[in-house]
Amino acid sequence: MSDLSGLYQELILDHSRRRIGDGELADPHATHHELNPTCGDEITMGVRLDASGTRVEAIGWVGDGCSISMASASALTELATGADLERVRQLIDGFRSMMRSQGAGEADEDLLGDAIAFHGVSKYVMRVKCAMLSWVALEACIAAASAGSAASSAPTTTT
Amino acid sequence: MTLDRTTTIDGLLPEALRLDFPYLAQELNGHPLAYLDSGATAQRPRTVLDAERDYLERSNAAVHRGASTLVGTSTTAFEDARATVARFVGAGLREIVWAENATDAINIVALGMADAAAGLGGPEAAVFRLGEGDEIVVTEAEHHANLIPWQRLAAKTGATLRWIPVHDDGTWGIDDAASVIGERTRLVAFAHVSNVTGHLAPVADVAELAHRHGALVLLDACQSVPHRPTDFADLGVDFAAFSAHKMLGPTGIGVLYGREALLDALPPARTGGSTITTVTMESASFLPSPQRFEAGTQPVSQAVALAEAVRYLDALDMQRVHEHEGALAELLVDEVAGIPGIRLLGPAAGVERAALASVDVAGVHAHDVGQFLDSRGIAVRVGHHCAQPLHRRLGLRATTRASAYVYTTPDEIRRFAAALAEVRGFFGIDA
Ligand SMILES: Cc1ncc(COP(=O)(O)O)c(C=O)c1O
Repeated sequence: MSDLSGLYQELILDHSRRRIGDGELADPHATHHELNPTCGDEITMGVRLDASGTRVEAIGWVGDGCSISMASASALTELATGADLERVRQLIDGFRSMMRSQGAGEADEDLLGDAIAFHGVSKYVMRVKCAMLSWVALEACIAAASAGSAASSAPTTTT
Repeated sequence: MTLDRTTTIDGLLPEALRLDFPYLAQELNGHPLAYLDSGATAQRPRTVLDAERDYLERSNAAVHRGASTLVGTSTTAFEDARATVARFVGAGLREIVWAENATDAINIVALGMADAAAGLGGPEAAVFRLGEGDEIVVTEAEHHANLIPWQRLAAKTGATLRWIPVHDDGTWGIDDAASVIGERTRLVAFAHVSNVTGHLAPVADVAELAHRHGALVLLDACQSVPHRPTDFADLGVDFAAFSAHKMLGPTGIGVLYGREALLDALPPARTGGSTITTVTMESASFLPSPQRFEAGTQPVSQAVALAEAVRYLDALDMQRVHEHEGALAELLVDEVAGIPGIRLLGPAAGVERAALASVDVAGVHAHDVGQFLDSRGIAVRVGHHCAQPLHRRLGLRATTRASAYVYTTPDEIRRFAAALAEVRGFFGIDA
């Protein structure tokens, strides 16, 4: 079981229950729907920026998925809320490279904080997409929000 | 092949047959592998692996092209394979068409019908010509392979796609079919056995009903041909599709069955070399079935290996295979039904079902359930099993499916159930 507890670290199980950010966001500057077609997991994320347009004021999401994808959305909300856009981009890049590591190396705790708990997920190729789901949605939201005012982008998977 | 008939799995199949499957000897995460995902793809016995290699080492040459001794050998092997498969499902030689897989086989019919509607195929293709006012009927439980091709055909022809509704357990019956099939119905397409619920469709009754209304019948036999004696002529269906890789055979080859007269009239959707009689610069005329559909170089070594898989199943005896799986199905239901927080899809206990069980675990996502089982060496399928509409109808997004086959033991079913009983505890959900 030691193997499995490397994947399901207490922090991840905890986030999957707390679901920080769960709920539709009022007045978002951007929303994005992301779907994992292999399992049907999905998330609709909304992001609101502050008056200056350079800082994430609030994140809200509505999602349905496994503990990894929901915990990841929760951890992301905690990390990115209140952060300026440049830092959010760094977080996304840092999280993505950690998820591509296949369990190798050390995760960047200074940057990612609690989200380094997901380092163990990167060993499970079939679960990396679960962990990335909300981060891909956030990335699309940030791109749309900084490109224009209220923008809504389509899901990346279409017919 | 040497089968030891003295020691047996549940008194039905030889225990020693597991030794024929090298794959099964593996460990998964430190446990003996319990492979319960044969519904997705089956493992292959050594004889099947050897048959393909043997063909390639000694008989490989072009088939139906040229006139040499070598081509004679390869062509004979290729056509013998067809004869073996035909016998296995009660079909004639010209009623078995090689396809890439079952999905492709269904598409051959759907695309051919679209071609017919577009005017190809001459007067004999009239039976395939759909248009506005015509209806294609499927069920709400179909695998996407037997749904999307019909959606596309409806979109191309102006026909309407309708579906037989399922009950809350995912099953449906002849009365449900009769509420949808009618005068406008031109084609009814449905699965013999559901890959999600294990439900057995009343095939002969539906075929009779459809034919009474002049409709064609296509059977998705992916989950039946590997597991029970199947005779398409007896069942009364016009077309059927199945995949080699789910019946101890190789990937890369599937089978389209069709009644000879219908296959000879169905326009070939894919054309090219090997399908024709006469070609001019303006046009081509086509060979009868099966050659009219087998455009280009075929999966020859795969056909040979599939025939070996059929011989292996024949040696086990499909009736015994069916009984073995019937016993495992009962055990699956018994074991799973008693676990708190588990919803088992499909027929109620006591009603016939295939040896597969899809479950929803209250409070735990199927991915997490599958991961837990994986850590115990138990391989299952998680997700929507290519049946999103059915899952949506049942209020679910993803489920966890265990599916058995000839090599599955009662012990593996018990390990699955025992691990399943621990899942909610592990994820901190109250039992
Ligand atoms: C009922 C059913 N239909 C169709 C298919 C498609 O089979 P294949 O992917 O081999 O074409 C499957 C298997 O996935 C199935 O279980």
